Amino acid sequence: MLDQRIIRDLQATLGAEHVATDKADLICYSYDATQQQYLPDVVVFPASAEEVALVMKIANAERIPVFPRGAGSGFTGGSLPTRGGIVLSTERMNRIVEIDTENLVATVEPGVVTEQFQKEVEKLGLFYPPDPASLKFSTLGGNVAECAGGPRCVKYGVTKDFVIGLQVVTPTGDIITTGGPTMKGVVGYDLTKLLCGSEGTLGIITRIVLKLLPLPEAKKTMLVLFDSIDGAAKAVSTIISNKIIPTTLEFMDGRTIDCVRQATDLEVPDNARAVLIIEVDGDREFLAKQVQKIQQLIQPLGVVETRTAETPEESEALWQIRRSVSASLRKVNPDKFNEDICVPRSKVPEMIRKVDAIAEKYNIPIVNFGHAGDGNIHVNIMIDRKVPGELERAHKAIEEVFRGALELGGTMSGEHGVGIAKAPYIPLEITPEAAAYMKAIKKALDPNNILNPGKIFLD
Amino acid sequence: MAKLKNLEDYRDAIEQCVKCGACRAHCPVFGAERREGRVARGKVALSKAVLDGEIGLEAKVLEDLSQCLLCGSCCAGCPNKVPTEEIVAAARRRIAEQQGLSTFGKGVAAVLGRPKLMNALAKTGGALSSLLFRKLPENSGLRLRFPLPYLESGRTLPPLSARPFRERHPERIAGEASQPTVAFFTGCGINYMYPEIGEAFLKALRFLGVTVIIPADQACCGLPAVSAGAGEVVEKLAEQNLAALSREPVDFVLTACASCNAGLGKIYAEMGEPFEKLAEKTRDIFVFLVEMGLPEKLAELPSRGVKTRVTYHDPCHLRTRGITAEPRAILRALPQVEFVEMENAGTCCGLGGTYSVYHYENSRKIGAKKAGHIEESGAELVATDCPGCIMQLQDAINHAGGRQRAVHILELLREALPEEK
Repeated sequence: MLDQRIIRDLQATLGAEHVATDKADLICYSYDATQQQYLPDVVVFPASAEEVALVMKIANAERIPVFPRGAGSGFTGGSLPTRGGIVLSTERMNRIVEIDTENLVATVEPGVVTEQFQKEVEKLGLFYPPDPASLKFSTLGGNVAECAGGPRCVKYGVTKDFVIGLQVVTPTGDIITTGGPTMKGVVGYDLTKLLCGSEGTLGIITRIVLKLLPLPEAKKTMLVLFDSIDGAAKAVSTIISNKIIPTTLEFMDGRTIDCVRQATDLEVPDNARAVLIIEVDGDREFLAKQVQKIQQLIQPLGVVETRTAETPEESEALWQIRRSVSASLRKVNPDKFNEDICVPRSKVPEMIRKVDAIAEKYNIPIVNFGHAGDGNIHVNIMIDRKVPGELERAHKAIEEVFRGALELGGTMSGEHGVGIAKAPYIPLEITPEAAAYMKAIKKALDPNNILNPGKIFLD
Repeated sequence: MAKLKNLEDYRDAIEQCVKCGACRAHCPVFGAERREGRVARGKVALSKAVLDGEIGLEAKVLEDLSQCLLCGSCCAGCPNKVPTEEIVAAARRRIAEQQGLSTFGKGVAAVLGRPKLMNALAKTGGALSSLLFRKLPENSGLRLRFPLPYLESGRTLPPLSARPFRERHPERIAGEASQPTVAFFTGCGINYMYPEIGEAFLKALRFLGVTVIIPADQACCGLPAVSAGAGEVVEKLAEQNLAALSREPVDFVLTACASCNAGLGKIYAEMGEPFEKLAEKTRDIFVFLVEMGLPEKLAELPSRGVKTRVTYHDPCHLRTRGITAEPRAILRALPQVEFVEMENAGTCCGLGGTYSVYHYENSRKIGAKKAGHIEESGAELVATDCPGCIMQLQDAINHAGGRQRAVHILELLREALPEEK
């Protein structure tokens, strides 16, 4: 419990209605998509960088942990108040400050919902490509803090590739800016890149400067069914080695197809053991040629069937198969661990085989789908927590999955981050020397360890 | 008799929530007031905490649970289809059981089943509708949906009809022997406030030769009482309607109000037998008209020179039950209509029955967004399939200074159909 004096200080700073201490509010800010729960002592809703700075000054003086939170949709517990203290919600900082159509740059506050931003820039013929699955509700601040990915990353890159400047409140309560609205800038350390994906441990993002692109004229979507995962994986490398970079290259393995068969209106033949959703975008005339070339290239690789969408509605129908995955998985088992390993894309089939072997070894269903184009596989370990011993076996399986990805030159997280969920496994990937380097940065910037403590590293 | 479920019965459904946050994209209340307690995920978490005894029914919990339109948008957009509106309704019943009904909920329970009084009052004249509203018996669905605080809120309300719709017509209007027989569930909105929608309904069914039964003793569907947490009232109304609507054999029970459709079609289905059979027979008027081939028949009517530009607002209680194509199919087929889609046609207008009474400010905010989209569409009329939505849409348009009119699709259909001899 926080001292009433501190609550009064926060109320005096932000206004009483923007400081919540009711148990009901604490419950509502105690969770994220990991389904773990930690009650904070207080939730604050600042409206500006200045207010955030004042909160940080109070917290720093009183040594109270602060946990920044966007939409609370993270998969690794990055925003969970694991040590009580203050949850700092960015929900009120939700303005699109400026869209500069001349320089193709936008400035936004962290609480802006990703899809809302995309829609606004698209109205102006512009394009913000990062598209995490949660884009309809996750916030740009959270996307930057976690460096969110998404299907379109194959062609366009991840969130950090579009962040060119930030305004940040430091753990000690100073307001700084990094980078800016220019496409180039090499003065000083690149703090923008350091802060992207730092999971709210080094500073609280209060403004974001984003790079925009012209909106592609058109897109085409293909759903290709293969008789094996090897055919699908070979198709990915064949397309890319022929110098075509599609916008998205999504895959689903055989187990995933089995799950979604009942959940979708699309007919999926029995001999389909892998699916690729290939989308290309750009100039309309150029697209038709590209689709034709892709079809020629992949045809010999065990293609069972190809369906091509011409209109946005048809495209949506094809994507529906991918979107139905999440709900259909629950039919396998009630609980899941959604891991997001990433391997070099040529290693995807090998990784899938490793995962299948792990599933068999621990007798746990594991369903794989994800972004084949960048080797980012969502490994879904499906368990029933109520079955004795299943949770322990799942944890062993997860560790083996991570080890498997690292053996292939991969990483244990492509887009979800570390948070608390993957913190125990950090030593598998990061050497003690590299970890010490990172911790030195944290120590220098946050001497009292009050900003999102206990995330990324166990300490 | 079967009963509504308790909060405990929803424990498994509550456990289905994986806290992903997808509901944040769909909840109109959250759109107006961005706080986690306002969104489905928060309300499900609070319901779970109540069930687990981690929190009592304290003021903040009641406030958050009251901040729900019961529109079902969250469930429609939920990957796991967690029925938050059912969970919130069950939580409100639990609150009513433990802490008693709110003042107006008490009134509802006390004067149930006095339709004669309601009619007598209605007859005294539509000119004094605000006074009349004050005198409406409290078992009226209208009273439940739009109780007194409304009248002092600056809200623009339509006048109350001098003669209720059901009094204007016999209980049976015979059609052709080859055509189906249907019961018309008028709902309170059509009976007392918009009888012209009822007249349009009859004209359309006469055009098709359908036999219509209008049971005089039908009651409010009960949806407003669901919203208020008055479980027993819902059950009584359901029994009264079951008796009234099963007296004569009918092929379908038709509604021309989205809320009534959800009341009969969804809430009664949740109550199990014998209400389930009534729920199965319930059809939205436009689903029925499309099944009867009305769009094809409309296509044979002569085209009109100058067309009116009309957009469509999806009432939540139809949209979340998958009824979106049929009302549009009828609109598109109307010879005098140029149909245009508006942006966010499927987002709530902000009425939510009792919601708009207790949370008029948020209701106005949600409505204002809608009015903006109607304006942007360039339409002269916004058509819909729910008297409640018509009232809210017109109020939102009036407050925004717009010139559009909110109408029921049936009113447009009445205009299009040939004059009867």
